[in-house]
Amino acid sequence: MYHSKDKFNETEVLHTLVHYLPSQAPLKDFVHHNTLHAFQHDSFYKAIVTATEVFGYKTTLSIDEFRELYQSGTIEQTYFNRKLKALKGTDFQSWKQKLLTSDYSSKPQSRVGQLRANWKSEYRIDLDLLTQPALFRVLCSYLDQGIAIWKFPVHHQGFLTSIREMEKNAFVSFFKTKRAKNLLFSETDLSPLLKIIVGDEALYAQYLFDQQFGHPGWSGMVAHVEMNPNSLIDPKTISLKDMIFFELLMEIDALDNKFGENWAPLALRAKAVTPLDQKVVLTEADEVRKLWQEIYEWSYYDQVLSGLKSNLSNMGKATTIEHDFQALLCIDDRECSFHGYVEMLAPACQTFNTPGFFGVEFYYKPVHSNSITKQCPAPVTPKYLIKEIGASPKSEKDIHFSGNTDGLFRGLLISQTVGFFSALKLALNIFRPSFSPATSASFRHMDEVSTLTVENQSPSDIENGLQIGFTLDEMVVRVENVLRSIGFTQHFAPLIYAFGHGSTSVNNTHYAGYDCGACSGRPGSVNARVFSFMANHPKVREALRIRGIDIPDTSRFVGGLHDTTRDDITFYDESYLNAELMEKHLKNKAIFAQALALNAKERSRRFETIDTRLSPAEIHEKVKRRSVSLFEPRPELNHATNALCFVGRRELSANLFLDRRAFMNSFDYRADAEGDYLAGIMNAVAPVCGGINLEYFFSRTDNHKLGAGTKLPHNVMGLVGVANGIDGDLRTGLPSQMIEAHDPIRLLVIVEHFPDIVLRSIQKNPATYEWFENDWIHLIAVVPNTTDLYLFRKGTFIPYHPLIQEVPLMEDITRLIEASYENLPVYRLKQI
Amino acid sequence: MSALILGFILIPFVGFLVSLVIPKEKEALLSISAFLTAGIQLSGILTYSVYWIYKGHPSLNLKEIPLFESRGYIFYLDFYFDKIGAVFLITGAFLTFLVTIYSRYYLHRESGYKRFFNTILLFYVGYNLTVLSGNFETLFIGWELLGISSFLLIAFYRERYLPVKNALKVFSIYRIGDVGLVLAMWASHHLWNENISFAKLNDFSLVHQHLNEHSITGAFISLMILVTAATKSAQLPFSSWLSRAMEGTTPSSAIFYGSLSVHLGAFLMLRTYPFWHQQHSIQLLIILIGLSTSIISVTIARVQSSVKSKIAYASIGQIGLIFIEIALGFEKLALLHFAGNAFLRTYQLLVSPSVVSYLIREQFYHYVPKLQSIEDSFPKRIEYSIYLLSLKEWELDSLMNYLIWKPLKNVGRKLDFLTIKRLLILFVPIYCIGLLISVKANLLPDEITGYLPYPFSIIGLVMVLKAFSERHRPRLSWLLVIMNHLWVLLAISFNEGFGAKETVTYLGGVFISGIIGYACLSKLKSMEEDYGLNRFYGYSYEYPKLSLLFLLSCLGLMAFPITPTFIGEDIIFNHIHANQLVLAFFTALSFVVMGIAIFRIYARLFLGPYTKKHLEMPIKSA
Repeated sequence: MYHSKDKFNETEVLHTLVHYLPSQAPLKDFVHHNTLHAFQHDSFYKAIVTATEVFGYKTTLSIDEFRELYQSGTIEQTYFNRKLKALKGTDFQSWKQKLLTSDYSSKPQSRVGQLRANWKSEYRIDLDLLTQPALFRVLCSYLDQGIAIWKFPVHHQGFLTSIREMEKNAFVSFFKTKRAKNLLFSETDLSPLLKIIVGDEALYAQYLFDQQFGHPGWSGMVAHVEMNPNSLIDPKTISLKDMIFFELLMEIDALDNKFGENWAPLALRAKAVTPLDQKVVLTEADEVRKLWQEIYEWSYYDQVLSGLKSNLSNMGKATTIEHDFQALLCIDDRECSFHGYVEMLAPACQTFNTPGFFGVEFYYKPVHSNSITKQCPAPVTPKYLIKEIGASPKSEKDIHFSGNTDGLFRGLLISQTVGFFSALKLALNIFRPSFSPATSASFRHMDEVSTLTVENQSPSDIENGLQIGFTLDEMVVRVENVLRSIGFTQHFAPLIYAFGHGSTSVNNTHYAGYDCGACSGRPGSVNARVFSFMANHPKVREALRIRGIDIPDTSRFVGGLHDTTRDDITFYDESYLNAELMEKHLKNKAIFAQALALNAKERSRRFETIDTRLSPAEIHEKVKRRSVSLFEPRPELNHATNALCFVGRRELSANLFLDRRAFMNSFDYRADAEGDYLAGIMNAVAPVCGGINLEYFFSRTDNHKLGAGTKLPHNVMGLVGVANGIDGDLRTGLPSQMIEAHDPIRLLVIVEHFPDIVLRSIQKNPATYEWFENDWIHLIAVVPNTTDLYLFRKGTFIPYHPLIQEVPLMEDITRLIEASYENLPVYRLKQI
Repeated sequence: MSALILGFILIPFVGFLVSLVIPKEKEALLSISAFLTAGIQLSGILTYSVYWIYKGHPSLNLKEIPLFESRGYIFYLDFYFDKIGAVFLITGAFLTFLVTIYSRYYLHRESGYKRFFNTILLFYVGYNLTVLSGNFETLFIGWELLGISSFLLIAFYRERYLPVKNALKVFSIYRIGDVGLVLAMWASHHLWNENISFAKLNDFSLVHQHLNEHSITGAFISLMILVTAATKSAQLPFSSWLSRAMEGTTPSSAIFYGSLSVHLGAFLMLRTYPFWHQQHSIQLLIILIGLSTSIISVTIARVQSSVKSKIAYASIGQIGLIFIEIALGFEKLALLHFAGNAFLRTYQLLVSPSVVSYLIREQFYHYVPKLQSIEDSFPKRIEYSIYLLSLKEWELDSLMNYLIWKPLKNVGRKLDFLTIKRLLILFVPIYCIGLLISVKANLLPDEITGYLPYPFSIIGLVMVLKAFSERHRPRLSWLLVIMNHLWVLLAISFNEGFGAKETVTYLGGVFISGIIGYACLSKLKSMEEDYGLNRFYGYSYEYPKLSLLFLLSCLGLMAFPITPTFIGEDIIFNHIHANQLVLAFFTALSFVVMGIAIFRIYARLFLGPYTKKHLEMPIKSA
């Protein structure tokens, strides 16, 4: 944080401000990230206490909520005692007392906001109300991506320039008073304005923090657009400084309007405030919350680790080398139960997990489109372009969204004609939900019958500075990397499926967060297909053979897309299969269909409106229906309940019932003695899985300040964000419907490799190491071929023994699934 | 056949009562009760309408059901059903049915599930009552039910600041409409010397004759009706409330502000058409209002960058056109236009969250930089000026503030020196003197007595203005409201003998709700030191039962239909003479401000963010 003693340094303060503001992209590029990323350089507990003290965020469950979990048995009493003893030793009794009964309720106070609160208490003016709605309106109109029909008249030279231009050339003013108007033209820096408003230079920075955290949503959006101008299709130039400058002018205007030009600056009348950077002192309540959080987390982790140990003792016994087919899936936790069912139905299959962009990074340009979209993790900037050709145009029109209904006379005509049609459409959707142009459907992303320009024809084949397709060498490198990183270099089955994933929903402003995170919030179908094309390419195979990966000519890769909302799969390029493979493929398709229905059934236990006791087929129909129902705010639960990440062979977790809570990344330590591939995996796991986990974590603990609240009243603002009503600030984080089932516990990453190699692999990249070093993610190393576990603590691995000896065996998962809505404990499954 | 009409008020009413007693954990039961209510109502209305059309669609009048009687005063309920009513009834039933089913899933697991269905059903009772009303009194009851259910639905997310603030704002605008309706009722009572039924307004020669004799009264009534209709349908200069009402859940915004509630102004104009269409100046005024609203709201709609406010302003524009159609006598066109607009906007609002994926996809395929709009061809100065004006909604929101609320508050603020003690010391003696004069009729000469109602009603009004602007002491504010009732009663008592039964009914209502409310406030004060009217305290979070009890006493004290106070208010207006327009105006104004003052107390203390403990609470701008 900035230093309050220093002189006001505008650039530095703005820089710090941006660091702490929510960094959420416009809706179309929604990507999960650690909500408290600004605090990541600190250890987890120090960070969350600071965040609470300074910004007023609620960063864990409340002590009362923890106590309820204890009362209800979710945190078992015996476990509680055991863990607390392990943590506190001889002081156990007194701490138990504190955790269970002491009163820690206190009036919430945050440092941010204290200074500006003086406007109301000392000046009796509600400055927020006088400036914010008008400010939001101007900002939203300026940044608008296509809702308004009449766009902001000037926006080419940036925000302030446009405002000045309009102010100069209009009969109407943005302001009510003269001074503000004059300052708009005479000043360019914030200091002179702050001098008028605040007066005391020592308080400038604190004032700006108060002001911007009065509406973190818009400030964060402006800062994001400033740094990522490409995140808007209709580009706009704006900077946080411009916005603050304008906001300060609006404040001067409101104050002048009420008091005339002679009012005392805030510093003269303000009551003493706590500086934002004053050292945060840990209280006993903080320690109690920390203990509760530890007990809460480990009461789950220890079940997993104990189950894992029993798995480990059985590992390596049965190894089939002949597989019917193999499937590559995304590491996404939503695939966790799906491949379980596939393996159950086809015991001779083998599954792998790798990030859903399948190691191929590119921009994708669908047929008839004017724009390109990124198909790889958000931080990567690809140099390649893949074009879709040979499909018919995909866009269907819907008059309800077009501007035509807003005009006077067209509106007259439309309301008297289309109006009655709307009534019919509404009735139809309510009684028989079906696809419409309003639906955001994963399958629309790429046409089944189209072809893709995967292979580069000549080096001069360049569009917008991007190379069209990959050269042979580039393809070989990518395929090899993926296969080696998951330890998949031999025993290739005749059919190898690569499934990307996406989702289908309607009336869902956060739709981008439902698709594949590794593909920048797009469906992963294109990547799966591109990867399969490369791996099928005869010359690629030839080159791979030289490098030691021998894919037999009888094997074929087939790309596909798993829709996680509907539990549907589409396969691509099936026509290239020969008769023999086709026959096998059809058999496999039937297996997938069955697995999808079973998966739908397992998912449905979370949906109170579906009777989980129905047959898988019946439930599957209902699940599909949800995805196209206008009135369904929970088409799927996305990453809710995520808690684990396995990096290792599938056998680690194969016989555990994990309730769809685990990310999985296939990895074979035997093929990576030095941990090079592991380092690559951890570089992705930490920000992607850790980011998802912490966004759910904090959206759950404080759904109002760190999450978006309930989505039911949301109003779409300029296509960039959502707000409540028309005067509200943009809401960041996840809506309550997405997180209500989530338990706020940190991610536990379990890696199968020797501790020193794991340590080396995470230390390679300081950004990755920070996640583990500062306890934002827990890390366990499983020593290969033993049942020994090592826990990463303060820079080293120490032996770890779970406090739970054994997890129960569950014979019948169907009954388990039908029994409850709640998060389930870990069970061992019968050996398949 | 006409008696069956009552069924369409009873069905939603029974549904409402049933939904009140179902415990809030029983989500399924609640939604089924709402679903059945709306379903039975819809099928009933459809069957009935077929039968009615088969019978040659006669206009039906269910006459004069007395609700309260005393010497020389009867409060009649009256119901009327014709093709206007039929169209509104069917459209309403159809949309409510769909939205009920929609909300059944949409609101699943929302903490206010029960509250939502209670309020929707209360709204539905009000809507049907309004649409089927046969006289102003009955219509007024429905109107008030709509007002209160609107308030509750806008403030549905009561833990946030903006919904609660905007709910109060919309409620205040609705109360302006109520002044119009109350005064129209009062004047028409004098014009016709009875509770005129809408059926009788169809008698051309009767209306013609009365209007000839009392043309000014006639114009006054029409004007008041127009004010009422304009507020409800968000016509100029009241338009800015509609987009601010979009704070509740999307389905409730869709049905209320997208479709049904907002068209009721047009309904009122259609219903009273036989009365005002004979006055050409009024007709012209309606056309002017409709036209200017259409033009201005369309410019505002064009610059809206949020999807719900865009739909709101586009809808207002169409309602402006409907007003013009009505004024020109195109009744059928207006009805068609109403139904089409209601369906269209409901659907648009319900699918509004899809606009992101739809338009982004659209742009992805078809984006062309710099889309020109027609305004770009205007001269720069004009273009920028109109754009800015539209962005500021033609200052309509601040206009309301400057013209109406600020002056009223300023009067109240002049009385900041008042405390409960001073209040009692100052005004009890004056009141006693007034009472004495009123009882002993011959104490003062008649010329003086004749003027006394004015000062007393002004004192009442001032008290209620003070109640409205009080910043710190809720109980003082509450007492002032009670006293306002007493002053109004005193003022009217000079007109003629006010019967014992009327007085008891009126004051009984005032005192019971007054005392309960005061007790609630005292109880709250004893439990919480942090308490006042300067911000929202959100105590319904901690004391939900106390909050509900206080809400009920608020309804009692503000003369909500059909509490005893309500009957009392109606009797009072009956006692204001035809030539006492100023008195009627003061009384109506104090009545209206009183409602706002009372709801302000409720909202400030019990709604808004609850900040006592460290909980997940939204920030003010959220």
